[in-house]
Amino acid sequence: MLALPFVIFLILGVVVIIFYAERKLSAFIQDRLGPTEAGPYGTLQFAADILKLLQKEDIVPAAADKWLFKLAPLVIFAAVLAGFAVVPLTPTLIPSGTSLGLFFLLAIVSLDVVGLLMAGWGSNNKYALLGAMRSVAQIVSYEIPAGLAILSVVIISQSLDLQEISFQQGLHLRQFPGYGQETNYLFGLKAWGVDVTQVGGFLTWNILRMPLLSIGFVIYFIASLAECNRAPFDIPEAESELVAGFHVEYSGFRFAALFLAEYAMMLLVSLVAVVLFLGSWNTPFPNLGPVRLADWTTGALGSWSGHLWAFFWLVGKALVLMTVQVWLRWTYPRLRVDQLMHLCWKLLTPAALVLVLLAAVWRLFMI
Amino acid sequence: MGKETGSLQRRGFWRNAQSLWQGMALTFRHMLQARRRRAPLDIADPNYFAHQTGLVTLKYPYETLPVPENGRYRLHNEIDDCIVCDLCAKICPVDCITIESVKATEDIGETSDGTKKRLFAPMFDIDLAKCCYCGLCTTVCPTDCLTMTKVYDFPEVDIKNMIYHFTDLSPEQAEEKKRLWADQQEAVAKAKAEALKAGQQKKP
Repeated sequence: MLALPFVIFLILGVVVIIFYAERKLSAFIQDRLGPTEAGPYGTLQFAADILKLLQKEDIVPAAADKWLFKLAPLVIFAAVLAGFAVVPLTPTLIPSGTSLGLFFLLAIVSLDVVGLLMAGWGSNNKYALLGAMRSVAQIVSYEIPAGLAILSVVIISQSLDLQEISFQQGLHLRQFPGYGQETNYLFGLKAWGVDVTQVGGFLTWNILRMPLLSIGFVIYFIASLAECNRAPFDIPEAESELVAGFHVEYSGFRFAALFLAEYAMMLLVSLVAVVLFLGSWNTPFPNLGPVRLADWTTGALGSWSGHLWAFFWLVGKALVLMTVQVWLRWTYPRLRVDQLMHLCWKLLTPAALVLVLLAAVWRLFMI
Repeated sequence: MGKETGSLQRRGFWRNAQSLWQGMALTFRHMLQARRRRAPLDIADPNYFAHQTGLVTLKYPYETLPVPENGRYRLHNEIDDCIVCDLCAKICPVDCITIESVKATEDIGETSDGTKKRLFAPMFDIDLAKCCYCGLCTTVCPTDCLTMTKVYDFPEVDIKNMIYHFTDLSPEQAEEKKRLWADQQEAVAKAKAEALKAGQQKKP
């Protein structure tokens, strides 16, 4: 039960940070200043925006399907929030340590699509419906390469439990129940015999335990951008063509909830990318002989320092990924629908399929 | 679609990856250059065009670009020099100048360029909310009393305050001038009528 308020606090805190960072970074990229008025350097702009959204009138269009319209933001946000249930926060703190975590996550986050379709259909507005249709087409398509990239991780780590996958990527490997005899070899090559179990750091991250997973990471990252409707895959809410897409009819707090869900989704996909590919809550610094960088930045399992270090590394890596998402958004132009589908079905999906095959072979012969 | 996809394939994967990377590098450079900012320099300053990188936005109410001395923004009427000829009101394309005139009973002085003033202006209003800053009124003004100043920042909360009253007469004074002119006209008419009468009486 401790984890729920913790997760909500985490989401809100990170959303505030990334919301501010997005405005400032987009401004800097475009040689502007960004918010400067509210608070020092505009840091209180988010509070001003939230106040503004809260005091706005809650408008439900007369011709809208009121039930669907009102329920949609709830469904979207609930779907994203439920995804956080299985994400480990520290080695011993996880909201729900189920052994089917990854499967649950993929399933529950897909409910997002239902919410988007409810919002688009319920608004009774052709632009909203077009936006929702595009959104559904895009998310359903991109779940395939994302799912295949995740599948290759699952093949390598032989587990759907996100906490187990996290333990495999660091110093605490042998402290996981049943892992007392496990060993991490450099690049997963048992034949080379370089034991890095106690070296830790980035050498035991999944992208180096099986080097081809770095390609999987890129595939997953691109697909996850599309899953959370981020540019360059933001055709569901293409402002210039669709007014605002599926949320065009929403105002006030309902709009805020949709917005919050988008940013929470960014955080969720970043956390999943970190857990699956970038060493989860493990430190990026390896032990180098007498310089015990990994030991110094890890802390003992279950202790306060262990909690804080793990949380710091997890959220820090996720924030770096989210910054990259922001950077990408303000760099690349939006893809056209056909380019989007071309990228998904002709490039990412075949590449991910090959990756699954290679991961299976790697698992059989290398590790 | 077919054509573009074709060219996409011809250019090749690495070319595409390279151009994607160039885009990322470009925006990243801008992010790093955000440490530098443009200074509020006068356009006459030799360094005005030297600023090529970094942020170009100014925090407007706190920082402003200096306006040249001959900047042409808010209208100003030097009412002492105005001969109330109405030319500005006639040429104004948006009719933002409203003038009323009252004839004076005697010469009321000279403008600074020596033109005689014979009219009072009980009303000389310029509605700067309508003004399109074309400057036609300043070119037709015979005494150069209407000029455009370098003041460009004059917002008002109430739009009525955008109407600038340039008259130097109070309403009472204006009434008095009107009455004086009417009295004088009446006296002149009376004198004329009497002279006519006297002439007629002499004739027969």
